[in-house]
Amino acid sequence: MGAYIVRRVLWAILLLLVVSFLTFVIFNVFPSADPAALRAGRNATPALVEQIRRNLGLDKPFYTQYWYYLKGLVEHFNLGYSYYNSESVKSEIFSRLPATISVTVGGFIVWMLIGIPVGIVSAIKPRSILDRVMMGGSLVAISAPVYFLGLVSLFLFAKGTGQLQWFGAAGSYVPISQNPGTWFDSLILPWLTLSAAFAAFYARMTRGNLIETMHEDYIRTARAKGLRESRVITKHGLRAALTPIVTMAGMDIGLLLGGAILTEIVFNIPGVGRYAYLAITNSDLPAIQGTVLFGAFFIVFANLFVDILYAFLDPRVTYG
Amino acid sequence: MALLEIEDLHVSFKTIDGVVRAVEGVSLSLDARKTLGVVGESGSGKSVTAQTILGLTRFPNATISGRIMFDGHDLLTMSTEHLRDVRGARIAMIFQDPLSSLHPFFKVGHQIVEAIRVHEDVPRDLAKKRTIEALRSVGIPSPDERFESFPHEMSGGMRQRAMIAMALALRPDILIADEPTTALDVTVQAQVLELIQALRDDFGTAVILITHDLGVVAQMADDVMVMYAGRVLEQAPRDTLFTEPEHPYTWGLLQSIPRLDAPRTDRLSPIAGSPPSLINVPRGCTFHPRCPYAPPPAFETEPPLEPSQPGHLVRCHLPIEERRRLWLALQKEHPVLQS
Repeated sequence: MGAYIVRRVLWAILLLLVVSFLTFVIFNVFPSADPAALRAGRNATPALVEQIRRNLGLDKPFYTQYWYYLKGLVEHFNLGYSYYNSESVKSEIFSRLPATISVTVGGFIVWMLIGIPVGIVSAIKPRSILDRVMMGGSLVAISAPVYFLGLVSLFLFAKGTGQLQWFGAAGSYVPISQNPGTWFDSLILPWLTLSAAFAAFYARMTRGNLIETMHEDYIRTARAKGLRESRVITKHGLRAALTPIVTMAGMDIGLLLGGAILTEIVFNIPGVGRYAYLAITNSDLPAIQGTVLFGAFFIVFANLFVDILYAFLDPRVTYG
Repeated sequence: MALLEIEDLHVSFKTIDGVVRAVEGVSLSLDARKTLGVVGESGSGKSVTAQTILGLTRFPNATISGRIMFDGHDLLTMSTEHLRDVRGARIAMIFQDPLSSLHPFFKVGHQIVEAIRVHEDVPRDLAKKRTIEALRSVGIPSPDERFESFPHEMSGGMRQRAMIAMALALRPDILIADEPTTALDVTVQAQVLELIQALRDDFGTAVILITHDLGVVAQMADDVMVMYAGRVLEQAPRDTLFTEPEHPYTWGLLQSIPRLDAPRTDRLSPIAGSPPSLINVPRGCTFHPRCPYAPPPAFETEPPLEPSQPGHLVRCHLPIEERRRLWLALQKEHPVLQS
């Protein structure tokens, strides 16, 4: 197991290197705008633009730029400084991380609490009216994009702008340390919006897995032993049906921790995803690079975590 | 009175393709300490019959009729809640593939403890002790360690032993063994059969042994029932069935057993064709499309299951004398059938 983890971590580092390099190449080969010109502002003299270009090191070939970037990253864990406002990208990201974690973890709890019970109820009586209603509803939820659901939910329920003034509106986010009540209120709509598609997807996965599991021979054995049907389902059925769901959840959390981009934009939450979006609109390479690496880091390590977790969940899996 | 008595059992399942008539009018009776062998090809309805005894076929799309009398109660009309007291405790079942029949995520010992504790209010450590005893009694070496094993850590034979230990931990009156050796190596097959036999003799458990292997039946059964397309075609005491079989299907089964004492020039003769779909069962005798002797009435009407002598039931249109004559001729042709 130890050797396996070391090997996986080394591969992860290599993968992150490749990701950062590719981001660099893409940005240099297909520049969306000239960062120096953007920074110089309107009516800037060519000399000023040139000077800014030199100051940012943009006059050097891109591999030299990449080398300096890597050096800073490895030696000082320095992600560089924003072209846009000269702030340290690392501290910008870390200051936004709590907001992203709030959105992700809260959303995760909501979608698991909705998705899994719905999936179980549907699986117990497949093709019943209840099953059809819930699976039909889940199809709608999966199909509705976050920006649409988010705007509709704001229109209906947000304080200030909504028809029913129930929950915090867009831009009302405050850190939990500042005011837990307002924090919670501001995140209700983002959580529900973010979790809608996930809950629906997890409900369908749970349903499918559980129906399949209930046809397994060991379920028949459990019944033949004289177990109560409720115990057959909750113990023997779910133990097998939920294992893949748990690992999927790990990966989805990793993905979202890199920035729940759409949700953060729609609800104007100052998280990593929104930062990434602003970085792209500003052609702010260090910030793009930083958020991409950051997101990749979470995805890669969530994968690793899930693989290790799987060995504990499924006794048949071992790593050597 | 018989321990278990099935009367005119019908089981069918509605599917998208049509109604699958899996069991059509099966009757049988099983006495204490006896072994009933149920033989037939895949899809002959033998497993469905067995699973219906324990109510394991109570699916929403199933239609079940008839009577299954056990201990003065009809298991068919019994609520699933009451049936749970019979399942495992009084009638236990083991299945074909012990790997897929054991839960892959739970330790084997734990699964047996669970079976004990559903039916008996015993503390966990006592149940564990009894489980280890049961594992020992089925010949699993170092049962204390094996208690902690997961199914995938055991060999196929050991897994089936563990299944048997689970089935017998509660000393059931009846053990239903649904193709218990089909998924096992030949060498292990014999061991498992011997184990079932020994346990039957020790505990007086009656056994319903489902198999497609007449060799297994010859070794174990007191009575034999031959099933085809959901129906019983022939039923007789074991010795009668092997020495004086009267149904052409049974002859076919006997001819298709590979035998070491057969002359090398004698080729194995399988039954031509394949079993019918249970959605579209042939008109007349269900076996007539594959029967080389089918007389004209077999194309039109289904023969009843009738006694040809006391204790020997046959479902065939051929006259009794004709059947006996044909069997003698077959034996002459293949002398190996005489033993």
